[in-house]
Amino acid sequence: MDYIEMHAHMVSRTTDDYTQMALMGCAAITEPAFWAGWDRSTADGFDDYFRQLTEFEPKRAARFGIQHYTWLCLNPKEGEERDLARAVVQRIPKYLDHANVLGIGEIGLNRVTRNEIETFKDHVALALEHNQMILIHTPHLEDKHKGTRAIIQALQSFPNMDPARVSIDHAEEHTIEMILDNGFWTGLTLYPQTKVSVARAVDIIEMHGADRVYVDSACDWGHSVPAAVPQFVMEMRRRGHADALARKIVWDNPITFLGQCPKFKPPVSAHAV
Amino acid sequence: MSGTSRPKPLPAREAVDEYFIENRHRVLDVAAFLDRLDRSGGDWRSDYRMEALVRAIAVLAEPGAGRAQRIQMIFSDPTVEPKPKLDQKAARGAWDPASEKGA
Repeated sequence: MDYIEMHAHMVSRTTDDYTQMALMGCAAITEPAFWAGWDRSTADGFDDYFRQLTEFEPKRAARFGIQHYTWLCLNPKEGEERDLARAVVQRIPKYLDHANVLGIGEIGLNRVTRNEIETFKDHVALALEHNQMILIHTPHLEDKHKGTRAIIQALQSFPNMDPARVSIDHAEEHTIEMILDNGFWTGLTLYPQTKVSVARAVDIIEMHGADRVYVDSACDWGHSVPAAVPQFVMEMRRRGHADALARKIVWDNPITFLGQCPKFKPPVSAHAV
Repeated sequence: MSGTSRPKPLPAREAVDEYFIENRHRVLDVAAFLDRLDRSGGDWRSDYRMEALVRAIAVLAEPGAGRAQRIQMIFSDPTVEPKPKLDQKAARGAWDPASEKGA
């Protein structure tokens, strides 16, 4: 089944991963800016990273027939450093006109500190000032519930924020309800250990429905699986769910959400259901 | 496909037939992990992560749905106020009540 990978950090994946994803039916990828596993020391380092995301990575993906889009920001893992965050936020606007930039992301919180919240708000203000869509990272593990609640409160402090143009990613059993009830889109991230398994993702779909929901692999430099979205489709079939429902989650919903950005060109599916 | 209808889960008997073996395996893995800790001879029960894990295991035997959500909340930070500053870069999987005393 063709699919759109809504969250993949391809700068840390191999060319073989691109090959396998293309073979599995991946037609488009959206790649949020993220933490490299170590802290960058200067805003210049982010300039190089943003050039990689907007110039180099789209060409790399195109070799495999995959559309490549991106979201730009200083990642929540680095949000504690306010001076660096301010400097990076000032540099982002010059990249926003690139053809593959969908908006601001993945912004959010890590350990839910005061500085992280201020950095998050700076990015939201930037997005709204430039009419950009927003992709949000919610914290890991024990910080997820508290952080998701704080993120929603911070977003709602902006009167002109439209939740239909915001996706709050990495939802789990204890956070999805507050995300959907407040009008946001959400993603279920399929991770081997620290987020949801494909079985739990299908459980969540069965309990909350498939509206304003997609799944993603968030594959990066850590334990993660580029084949996670096709594995989700297999789990849907194992449960006896119709391919049309799986397709809504891995294809139709991403196109509906991303289609709010005029720069997103819906890929053509070779396997329409 | 559109609309808000929720897809139905497999009938219980079919779900048991399909998923019993892999979940039997998971329960045995947890049991073996606890045995391993006992064999180590150390005090693992006072570790805040293991205290949470033992509480979570008890939820497995409770009746009614919502176990996954209840277990998620056992591991979650229940506080509301932001941390005054970054304490550590990575989450550890369970909230440490002692961390609030030093904040």
